[in-house]
Amino acid sequence: MNFDDTPHEAAFRAEARAWIDANAPKHLLPHLEKAGFGGIELGGLDPMKEAKAWQKKKYDAGWACLHWPKEYGGRGASPIERVIWNQEEGPYAALSGSFIIGHGMCGPTVMDWGPEEAKRELLPRLAAGEDIWCQLFSEPAGGSDLAGLRTKAERDGDDWVINGQKIWTSGAHYSQWGILITRTDPDVPKHKGLTMFFLRMDTPGVRIVPIKQANGQSGFNEVYFDNVRLPDTQRLGGVGEGWKVSLTTLMNERLSIGSGMSAGFPDIFEFCKELELADGTLAINDRGVRSKLAEWACRQSGLKYTGMRAISALSRGENPGPENSIGKLVAGSSLQEIAMFALDLQGQAGAVSDPKLAAMAAKFQAQLLRSPATRVEGGTDEILRNIIGERVLGLPDDMRADKGIAFNKIPTA
Amino acid sequence: MDFEFSAEQQQLKEQARRYLADKCPTTAVRAILEGSEPFDRALWQGLGEMGFLGAAIPEEYGGLGLGYLELCVIAEELGRALAPVPVSSSIFLVAEILKAAGSEEQKQKWLPKLASGEVIGTLASVEATGSVRPSNVALAAKSGTLTGAKSPVLDGDIADIAIVLARHAPGKDAQGLSLYLVDLNQSGIERTVLDTIDPSRSQAKITFNGAAAELVGAAGDGWRLYEEALDRAAILTGFEQIGGADKALEMGRDYALQRFAFGRAIGSFQAIKHMLADMYVSATLARSNGYFGAYALSTGSADLAEAAATMRVSSTKAFQHCAKNNIQVHGGMGFTWAMDCHLYYRRSNLLAVSLGGLNEWEDKLIDRLRAKNAA
Ligand SMILES: Cc1cc2nc3c(=O)[nH]c(=O)nc-3n(C[C@H](O)[C@H](O)[C@H](O)COP(=O)(O)OP(=O)(O)OC[C@H]3O[C@@H](n4cnc5c(N)ncnc54)[C@H](O)[C@@H]3O)c2cc1C
Ligand SMILES: Cc1cc2nc3c(=O)[nH]c(=O)nc-3n(C[C@H](O)[C@H](O)[C@H](O)COP(=O)(O)OP(=O)(O)OC[C@H]3O[C@@H](n4cnc5c(N)ncnc54)[C@H](O)[C@@H]3O)c2cc1C
Repeated sequence: MNFDDTPHEAAFRAEARAWIDANAPKHLLPHLEKAGFGGIELGGLDPMKEAKAWQKKKYDAGWACLHWPKEYGGRGASPIERVIWNQEEGPYAALSGSFIIGHGMCGPTVMDWGPEEAKRELLPRLAAGEDIWCQLFSEPAGGSDLAGLRTKAERDGDDWVINGQKIWTSGAHYSQWGILITRTDPDVPKHKGLTMFFLRMDTPGVRIVPIKQANGQSGFNEVYFDNVRLPDTQRLGGVGEGWKVSLTTLMNERLSIGSGMSAGFPDIFEFCKELELADGTLAINDRGVRSKLAEWACRQSGLKYTGMRAISALSRGENPGPENSIGKLVAGSSLQEIAMFALDLQGQAGAVSDPKLAAMAAKFQAQLLRSPATRVEGGTDEILRNIIGERVLGLPDDMRADKGIAFNKIPTA
Repeated sequence: MDFEFSAEQQQLKEQARRYLADKCPTTAVRAILEGSEPFDRALWQGLGEMGFLGAAIPEEYGGLGLGYLELCVIAEELGRALAPVPVSSSIFLVAEILKAAGSEEQKQKWLPKLASGEVIGTLASVEATGSVRPSNVALAAKSGTLTGAKSPVLDGDIADIAIVLARHAPGKDAQGLSLYLVDLNQSGIERTVLDTIDPSRSQAKITFNGAAAELVGAAGDGWRLYEEALDRAAILTGFEQIGGADKALEMGRDYALQRFAFGRAIGSFQAIKHMLADMYVSATLARSNGYFGAYALSTGSADLAEAAATMRVSSTKAFQHCAKNNIQVHGGMGFTWAMDCHLYYRRSNLLAVSLGGLNEWEDKLIDRLRAKNAA
């Protein structure tokens, strides 16, 4: 164990820092440091354009997806070097929100299962931020129960014909590519009849309908497939192997959204340093407030170091495993608790959500309205607890009503 | 002893529920949330005509002359329906303050109009982020005029009159504070509508530029009257919260029965079953604390202050708990604009701060328990 940089790592850090110092979009920094929940506001600049510009710059200098092999657009960096880079990139990483799904989940899946030609062509474009990718997994009848999905893919000569519907697809409306899981055989048990593909989002027959979210924004979509024709060369993994392929995506999802997640402590800590309570003391000096802050501080650092330990496991060559479910499980409910607590401290003014009037540019109000989604997206709290219970602790599965039964015989109501 | 509402009160509750089911489905709440109308005018008028607004206002002032227990059951139904109308400001706060401290003339003039809904009232106290306390009330009262600003004021954009907590004597102490009644339809008033977490109830900043005002209650008595008004309103608002909590719990239960995953109703998963059971527990504790609060309110018992704080803490937590977990039970659906879950989540968090945050009421509760213990 060594929490300090080795000489090699220190050199790497110095190099990263120097490059960031010379190249980062410093004029955006004040906005990025304020960046809270539900997208970033860059004082009128187009966030997508700025995000792509920063990504391209990193790519050109070899700092994009740096743990990916060079031939696919990375720099072949070690997992530890990736951590160092993330630490150094700091607030500028807030620009990259729309790349997380592509870089964190779709990229690794294509890398493990895609045809070589597609990998050489598409992965560098993904790393460079030229293409954005989305994850076409969840369906109306298949969320937690992903393998309950119904979108059909049927063989037709060298092609596949896709019909069905996806839902909750984040970023489908601005993505160029997506990875798609389908059912190719409804007569076998549900995990066995699945097959994965990748496709362009402008393929004829794909229709994208934005969904308005509870917080008023529209980050996710319904995606309809009406006789969408894909060549067999756009298959990921074998026919009927879709579940195995999708696990690559899901494991990477746990790692990429879970491990880097903040439990929200720094913001509430800042806020409590400024706010006076009823008795005139600063919130940060109040015992009750401190007890909560201390709890959140421990969760924050516990997650940070758990994330780092996961990276050490990766550098030993282990795959990201079920234990990474802890990150989002802890962060999601912490973010919600913190938002509620911040509003509570703000008193009646806590209801005001105008960034020009509310404390800390209404960060906590936005967090209040966004955090319920964090407890659902990428695996609900309950599913994450089941994963920890069953896959980490070795407890038996729930009694299953769908085990060993042909997909089309499973009860649906 | 009898720890339940009477048969008549239950009937009134049924009547209010049917009325609101008809006049205030969630589509009506959404119309206010999404549209430009600040509140549901037709519903408001109807509530006045039905006598619901004036339930606890004496007959001589145009009300029905029923008691607080009746107002509590109505409040619960309003909360359950998320009624987008200014009942809490106009009735739970302003009518109550006038009943408690208004002059005969003020009562004669305003209570009948508040009871019918012809006039909307609100209480304006907040000037800063954090708790309202004597030291951060600066709005100045001088020779019958007010100068300064209050923000946010719930229903401040639609109110016709406001009771304003203002400082008549310089300094920072409670003795320098009085309550004033202000007609908001006068030239010395400016209002700006505010963006909030729950647009189904509007809020505003009100600026007073030498607006004409008259005292309510004795000069120097403002802080005491304000705190007592908050206690009564905490119980009435608590019933709104209980109503909302119950409805959120029911929505979650109903969805858990109907949604299938892994070949089973999701309600058959123990994680969901226990989540709903915990929601039931907090809603039930809040309801039981509420019944004691209602009783204390209706009898003017010495336990009122303690009961109010107990109920406020427990009903605030129950509604927040039920509303947030109702979203969780709904999974992705719960985070859509189209599902009603967020309406309850928004309202639960608005009501959680509308009379001051939990931390303030937790303080009050423990102070009051200690005082009682010492007595
Ligand atoms: C903001 C957001 C973005 C998203 N982005 C994407 C995306 O880009 N791509 C994509 O494919 N999907 C995406 N999703 C979908 C997300 O993965 C699903 O919503 C999630 O997996 C839950 O599925 P569901 O909505 O069908 O809920 P359900 O599975 O119906 O769950 C309903 C409730 O039942 C519980 N439950 C279900 N099964 C069990 C069980 N076995 N034991 C205990 N409890 C159980 C759940 O925990 C939940 O509380 C997104 C969701 C959100 C909210
Ligand atoms: C202080 C004390 C006094 C008692 N007094 C009496 C008495 O007077 N008369 C009498 O007859 N018994 C009595 N009991 C026994 C008591 O009823 C049992 O201990 C209890 O029902 C649990 O049963 P068990 O010990 O077999 O544990 P188990 O049933 O084996 O439970 C072990 C764990 O599994 C959990 N568990 C079991 N089934 C489920 C399920 N379906 N869903 C979720 N979790 C589950 C339990 O919650 C527990 O955490 C007493 C027990 C205690 C501790």
